[in-house]
Amino acid sequence: MYNETVMDHFEHPRNVGEMEDPTVVVEVGSSECGDRMKLYLKIEDDVIVDVSFKTLGCAAAIASSSQATEMIKGKTIEEAWNLTNMDVVEALGGLPEPKIHCSVIAEDAIRRAINFYRKDQGLEPWK
Amino acid sequence: MNQSHSPDVPTVYLDHSATTPTHPDVVRAMLPFFTKNFGNPSSLYRLSDASRAAIAAARGQVAAALGCSDHEIFFTAGGTESDNWALKGMASARHQDGNHIITSSIEHHAILHTCEYLETQGWTVTYLPVDQHGLVDPGDVEAAITPETTLISVMMANNEVGTIQPVREIGAIAHDHDICFHTDAVQAIGHMPIDVKAMNIDLLSLSGHKFFGPKGTGALYIRDGIRLDNLIHGGGQEKGHRAGTENVPGIVGLGAAIERVTADITGHRQKVGALRDMLAQGIAERIPDSHYNGHPEERLVNNAHFSFPGLDGEALLLLLNSKGIYASIGSACSSGSEDMSHVLRAIGVPPAHGRSSLRLTLGDDNTKEEVKYVLDVLPQVIERLREMGSF
Repeated sequence: MYNETVMDHFEHPRNVGEMEDPTVVVEVGSSECGDRMKLYLKIEDDVIVDVSFKTLGCAAAIASSSQATEMIKGKTIEEAWNLTNMDVVEALGGLPEPKIHCSVIAEDAIRRAINFYRKDQGLEPWK
Repeated sequence: MNQSHSPDVPTVYLDHSATTPTHPDVVRAMLPFFTKNFGNPSSLYRLSDASRAAIAAARGQVAAALGCSDHEIFFTAGGTESDNWALKGMASARHQDGNHIITSSIEHHAILHTCEYLETQGWTVTYLPVDQHGLVDPGDVEAAITPETTLISVMMANNEVGTIQPVREIGAIAHDHDICFHTDAVQAIGHMPIDVKAMNIDLLSLSGHKFFGPKGTGALYIRDGIRLDNLIHGGGQEKGHRAGTENVPGIVGLGAAIERVTADITGHRQKVGALRDMLAQGIAERIPDSHYNGHPEERLVNNAHFSFPGLDGEALLLLLNSKGIYASIGSACSSGSEDMSHVLRAIGVPPAHGRSSLRLTLGDDNTKEEVKYVLDVLPQVIERLREMGSF
């Protein structure tokens, strides 16, 4: 059902766990299917220097969380803002059609975290 | 345990309610009918004598397993066809007597979707609720009967949570009202003694691949005197009731399999029951916040069904798969909705429990060592997923 890249990220997820002293923490849930994700970012000078996550969800949700965190690590918040769930799906080598929506939760979490950070900095949230 | 993935990962098959391997003895019985005894049973020459004799013998084997006469057994291509034939055939045969069917809300889709089709054709269907253990109340059956009711169909045992229905009582109620009683016994064969006469059954569906027989084989028991319209029209096979050249090797396999699996039901219940109890008790002891779904006693001897809130069932299934353990789940997240099974919804399982449910169904090919391996792996896998999903 899933390709080897997805299974690798699912069985050996990168960046799993809590983080001490994160700059920002957000928790998002999918009302559609009950998936939940908690994302921790450490941001220095608008650069994401560290990232970790926890996810309650299917293999696609866990693999997408893992892949997305790999893709934003070391990136500026602007670069991270522009990451879409389809970029994550592409990096994973594709997901089965009914599972595409499971990748949205990571994109949501990243964008929400970035806007929390911007508000904290006294900046306008991005839209 | 079979070795498959790698030398370190065993294979433990715990999905016998999905399908079973065809038993080597069954395959051996079938083989001559592919090559040597290939004659069409409808042909008159001597080559076909063996085919005809084999079908007659298999019919006897199925009849013996159900406690009926040979001529009450009709071969089909599986449980789904048998269910379709029973429902559509009876609805159509008695359409002048009424247009109401009673069934339960936890039937297999072969029943439910056929009922939904019949609703589009003018029939009305009552889908009876079940209690939190998955039991149909015979009182509800009686209360649902109207002068229009011609058929009651309630499964013998549920394919997900394994609950065994009070079929004998429901059949008696049906007969009191001159209503035909059908039961889908696909999951029950081999796991419990069945006597269609004593259990007041008029129509019974079964499927070969659920009891170590070949896929694509099944049968419908039709009690003497029950009139059923045909589902499949064509040649005069099965005394003109089910057309199509007989699947001779399949029928031979079905007969051999049902004879084998009903030869010692008591012994099977002791062996598989002990393994299931070891598994269920081990899970309850080792895994906190585990919930046993279905009926505590009135359930299939090989069925264990649990919810482990705090994780996703598909993730659990795939991690078990990577450890060589094959099981199944009660719901899957698909197309943006948490699609909980109709059975779990009917017994009132909350969504967080539904999405974290796991069905383990054993067979007499499983061993104590395999159960020990599962009891070793399952708590670790569950703890890992719960840790990843707790915040």
